[in-house]
Amino acid sequence: MIIKTTSVSECKEHTVTDENVYHQRRELIKKMGFLGAASLLSSPASAGILDIFGEEKTPEALFAQNNLSYAAEKGGFAEELTPEAKITSHNNFYEFGVEKQQPAALSQSFKVDPWQLKISGEVENPLTLGYDDLYSSFDLEERIYRLRCVEAWSMVVPWIGFSLAELVKKAKPTSRAKYLAFETLYDPVQMPGQRSRRLGGGIDYPYVEGLRIDEAMNPLALMSVGLYGKTLPPQNGAPIRLVVPWKYGFKSIKSVVGIKFVEKKPPTTWNLLAANEYGFYANVNPAVDHPRWSQASERRITTGGLFAQNRIDTLPFNGYGEEVAGLYSDMNLRKYY
Amino acid sequence: MVITVSQQRIPYLKALVHLAALYPLINLYYAAINDRLGGDPVEAVIHFTGIGALNLLLISLLISPLAKRFKLSFLMRFRRMIGLYAFTYGLCHMLNFLFFEVQFDVKLFIKEVFERPYITVGMSAFVLLIALAVTSITKLRRKMKGKWQTLHNITYLIALLVVIHFYWSVKSEIIEPLIYFAMYAALMGFRYKKLRGWQDKLFSR
Repeated sequence: MIIKTTSVSECKEHTVTDENVYHQRRELIKKMGFLGAASLLSSPASAGILDIFGEEKTPEALFAQNNLSYAAEKGGFAEELTPEAKITSHNNFYEFGVEKQQPAALSQSFKVDPWQLKISGEVENPLTLGYDDLYSSFDLEERIYRLRCVEAWSMVVPWIGFSLAELVKKAKPTSRAKYLAFETLYDPVQMPGQRSRRLGGGIDYPYVEGLRIDEAMNPLALMSVGLYGKTLPPQNGAPIRLVVPWKYGFKSIKSVVGIKFVEKKPPTTWNLLAANEYGFYANVNPAVDHPRWSQASERRITTGGLFAQNRIDTLPFNGYGEEVAGLYSDMNLRKYY
Repeated sequence: MVITVSQQRIPYLKALVHLAALYPLINLYYAAINDRLGGDPVEAVIHFTGIGALNLLLISLLISPLAKRFKLSFLMRFRRMIGLYAFTYGLCHMLNFLFFEVQFDVKLFIKEVFERPYITVGMSAFVLLIALAVTSITKLRRKMKGKWQTLHNITYLIALLVVIHFYWSVKSEIIEPLIYFAMYAALMGFRYKKLRGWQDKLFSR
């Protein structure tokens, strides 16, 4: 019997970006730079008539992404990846504008080096990771995860990063550490959404998120520093972001500068804004609808235009129930949505 | 100041309005079908046609105050056309939701229309718009005589419903919907006397 083993560093066919897609990405972002919010329509003038609030933006140079070395995803992931061009041009990152294409258009001059990620609070070993430390302190690996937005669309993203659990272990939490409180950079000079209420959607910044410590220790919880083989572009949360694949996307906080270990459940941005719509847990749950839309199914964004028939059933815990359902076995998830 | 536009020029101007309303729509679907409309062409076409319908509706409501105030009576000849384009954009908006968002899942479509208040409000506005679109046919209009104006006054209600629909649909970015509320209020302000008259009639009974 031949037992075939593959090296972890070996690239798999399905992880290779299609060349057309790769070229299209630059094309897409270039166009976005030119046209701003009325983007990608070949005629910005006519779009302007009907979209009077469109952001006009002069083109700017693309943010420079570096190649990363990492261990490629081991198990084959059967679902089709979302093209890089779409992952990097369809973003909810209100710090750079509320419309999906605005973050890519308005964030390309974002500075990520120097960076400081401060780990503090109830830990024996508080530490600060600088820009280079983000890529060198832990072994980087690729994780292909489903990403389910609370707005009922989803993607499949080849992230690169390290387990949040590794970071937690390094910080050595004390017995009083029950939760992790995450914080995004607050820099109104660089983040136009933090300067303007209209661009930033009326959110109180900085954006904050939280996890229970056992959630943070789950091997699926990822601190991501890259996608598609390269460092993250700003619109996806450069230089480092959280990825919690069994929760709605808004839990996966971007451009993180602080992780504080705390005793009490920390406040979280969307929950503060509308507690009846967004809970602390925010586990993907097809049985509990958002008050204003159904969560039973989702549109999977991959390739194909308007006629792509991409509506699929949403799975409990976004399909990661086997790994995470145990975290919530004694909880009523209708109450703790 | 009186600006008059000669009879001969009207058809050219109308052609221009047709072009201005249709070109963005054709452009939009061309880009969306070819997957050149950002990450999610579905969301893009839904938003574009929705906001387009609202803008056209407000423009149609601006016409008679403008025509009266500046004595631009020729503008009135464009009102039906613009109203019908508001209906067309609204129709596209609704069909986008049915075809591309819920993807012909009629059960889900009906459930969403009745269970989500913001969609219920939007759909009500659309149903009312159908009545206005149908009665815009000249023959019907003549038949209806005075009743026509009474029926078409529900445009005021439709525009209000659409603004509420917009306000209700956003997650947190309410500034833009609030600006639309202000524009709606201004348009109603131009009709102060008319609305006041209705109010008096209503309460004097």
